[in-house]
Amino acid sequence: MSPLSQRTTPLAQRFRNLPISGAILAPLLALIVLFVISSLASEYFLNTRNLSNVLRQVSYTGIIAIGMTFVIIAGGIDLSVGSMLALVGVVVLYVLNTITDPFQAVILAMLAALVGGALLGLFNGLLVTRGRIAAFVVTLATMSIFRSLALYFTDAAEVSTRNPLFQGVGGGFVLGLPIPVWTFFALAVVSHVVLFHTAYGRHVCAVGANAQVARYSGIRVERVVLSTFLIAGVCVGLSAIMLTSRLNSVSPSDAGYFFELDAIAAVVIGGTALSGGRGTVWGTVIGALILGIINNMLNLTGVSPYLQGLVKGAVILLAVLLQYKRAP
Amino acid sequence: MAEPLLRLEGIGKSFGPVTVLEGITLDIAQGEVLGVLGENGAGKSTLLKIISGIYTPSTGRILIDGQPFAALDPIGARRLGIAMIPQEFNLVASLKVYENVFLGQELRRGGFLDHARMREQTRKLLDSLEVHLDPNQTIERLSVAQKQMVEVARVLVNDARIVILDEPTTVLTSHETAVLFRVVKALVARGVTVLFISHKLKEVRELCDRLLILRDGQLVEHCAVAGMNEEAMARKMVGRELSRIFPDKPEAPVTRGTPALEVRGLCLTNVLHDIDFAVHRGEVLGLAGLVGAGRTEIAETLMGLRRRSAGEILVDGEPVAFTSPRQAHARGLAYLSEDRQGKGLQLSFNVMQNVTDLSLARYVRGLIRHGQERRRAEEYQARLSIKAAHLTAPVGLLSGGNQQKVYFAKLLDIEPEILLLDEPTRGIDISAKQQIYRLIRELTAQGKAVVVISSELEEIIGLADRTLVIRQGRVAATLEGDDINEECIMLYAAGAWEAGTEPATAHEPSQGARP
Ligand SMILES: Nc1ncnc2c1ncn2[C@@H]1O[C@H](COP(=O)(O)OP(=O)(O)OP(=O)(O)O)[C@@H](O)[C@H]1O
Ligand SMILES: [Mg+2]
Repeated sequence: MSPLSQRTTPLAQRFRNLPISGAILAPLLALIVLFVISSLASEYFLNTRNLSNVLRQVSYTGIIAIGMTFVIIAGGIDLSVGSMLALVGVVVLYVLNTITDPFQAVILAMLAALVGGALLGLFNGLLVTRGRIAAFVVTLATMSIFRSLALYFTDAAEVSTRNPLFQGVGGGFVLGLPIPVWTFFALAVVSHVVLFHTAYGRHVCAVGANAQVARYSGIRVERVVLSTFLIAGVCVGLSAIMLTSRLNSVSPSDAGYFFELDAIAAVVIGGTALSGGRGTVWGTVIGALILGIINNMLNLTGVSPYLQGLVKGAVILLAVLLQYKRAP
Repeated sequence: MAEPLLRLEGIGKSFGPVTVLEGITLDIAQGEVLGVLGENGAGKSTLLKIISGIYTPSTGRILIDGQPFAALDPIGARRLGIAMIPQEFNLVASLKVYENVFLGQELRRGGFLDHARMREQTRKLLDSLEVHLDPNQTIERLSVAQKQMVEVARVLVNDARIVILDEPTTVLTSHETAVLFRVVKALVARGVTVLFISHKLKEVRELCDRLLILRDGQLVEHCAVAGMNEEAMARKMVGRELSRIFPDKPEAPVTRGTPALEVRGLCLTNVLHDIDFAVHRGEVLGLAGLVGAGRTEIAETLMGLRRRSAGEILVDGEPVAFTSPRQAHARGLAYLSEDRQGKGLQLSFNVMQNVTDLSLARYVRGLIRHGQERRRAEEYQARLSIKAAHLTAPVGLLSGGNQQKVYFAKLLDIEPEILLLDEPTRGIDISAKQQIYRLIRELTAQGKAVVVISSELEEIIGLADRTLVIRQGRVAATLEGDDINEECIMLYAAGAWEAGTEPATAHEPSQGARP
């Protein structure tokens, strides 16, 4: 631990006892500060509809970012998630429009999204582990391939559905919160437990920290790496369900555009090391929330949309800079 | 006395709330060889890292030629002629040998790198070190001993005035150590000052003029080596009388019945040829030999880390074919690698996570029981006296010897039946060594079988009931009882004797009671 965190203050001590680790203290503080600033900067910010909307927006990329967290902790990266989302979305709409019974169609479409995402993730993972190609290169290639397939299957045109039930999935509310938000938080809880309280999660960290040591310890390194890509794929499938059902359509060129960058940014802001080996799911959740709030605030305060990228980039740099300083 | 080359004034260092060094004041003259002794975690490496500019002292100052340096950095230190071989390798694995030797001080011709000259000079340096190594090899393919010699070559490249060696001999066999010492003595004859950390007191006595002993970050002794024997050094270091280092060997080792581990005609393409041996429960089998003889490869093949090309491996009489260490663990085998940082420990993991790295399944009831993990780690901390500020601190921040103890704990935690220990006491201080040796005997007394690979002859002699001498991937000899002595091992290891042809001399009994 850094010299900083060895100076155990009572506050830090209390945090250590929470399921939240000390490592995400910095992003958490940043989130709180940002929240306060935003509520001062715009009177609409604290409006429940606005907040619920922010959360909804965050959840699409947030769900993907959680999958990305696994991949990055295990020492990889997945650039293909955005294109994968578009391709899976196209598959979802295809299934919806071919099956006549609306209820059956929705169930099968959702299943297709999860299975489709898993298969595409598996494809990435196999190329990385069996093909021994760097994850960056593999997913750079599949990013291009998946998008191209989505465009080809649809002739680059938006596909929509008349299914009366589908919109209820992503557009619905439970206890006042949109379903995607519940999905996001539930996924975060499950992922946190998997990452920190199961042997599998420990193995993911071990593989990312030092694959050679992991191999000597009898961990099936390739299988673990493969599984992280699979998880990322399933998360993309989940996000695709939420996004396409909300819109009742998918645009093969716009869906998931730049999602990979938002997801990676959320992971990095959340304090997960890009070099792998350590990271937290809560950090990623906070990172996604930070990005979402920044976006929202810039919209509300009427900052030029062209400048939003600049602010996002600055926040990423700041987050990484702070983490770098913290490391011993 | 003339102006000292190097003067430390009240040097202290803390990491956060943990004070590691306190008030070290000392003069070092030109051409002096200073041995630095102390238990694991005493602060030796930290002190020498301060001198070489890697750490900035929290208090005090360093004077070189009477010139104070408040903030020395590694580049500044090198410019002043300070070169260091760190305790853990500091080589770029993907680069070639010569590129590593000249890293940061590349030779140029015009604006371009002069590869030919760097290669040539590296070859010369390695020749002078009697290492037969192609300068074009990449580092990742080298054994730890070869890596160590590359580190030595790296120091020789620049004309250093102060050479710092942090446990350079832990992975070297006596032959390479002798070469290294010759090189060091030549440096000293040219007026170079040498600071030398080692847990091998014999080496310190052989090489050093003066002695610096640290205990818990404090200077407890700074004196001349002359007239001091190893017992006295050890006593000063641990602050109490040490009894014999090696425990008694059992009177008559059990070699009947089904061996716990048997190897028949084991081959590994181009590396191992027709290896035969057996280890019984209750027995310590030593594997001696020169570096590169294939001892590590034997262990790795047994663990399923390398695919054997021929031969049979039997555990408790049953043939096994492991394809991964996981299967080997399940059959009760455990392997301690000589490469603690590259293959043994997750440096970014904390002590608890490393201890349970192999045995994690035992702590899982649906979810990992973190409390139990912690309790187990605390048990080992007490049992092996692991010095760590927090169990939650990354293992990479522990001193080298304490890392080794954590690695040992990791192995013990799966309660293995057959232990393959590759340089088990690497970097461990003398009292901890004694502890480890006792532990090994306790394990054999409980009916476990232990294979010890060691480059320290004393360790083999003091510990092993039987010893295999490995030479160029073959079993050169199997020694028993009083035949396990320095002369026999060295002659077989170097190929001067072949099995069955040695003259029938009566060797004087050499019990491993030497400290
Ligand atoms: N960067 C660091 N942060 C925190 N603690 C540290 C750091 N470096 C060293 N320490 C602590 O300082 C103490 C002294 O370490 P040092 O490496 O100097 O010991 P040593 O005398 O070289 O021991 P060994 O014989 O085991 O190599 C240890 O307890 C270690 O945990
Ligand atoms: Mg040390």
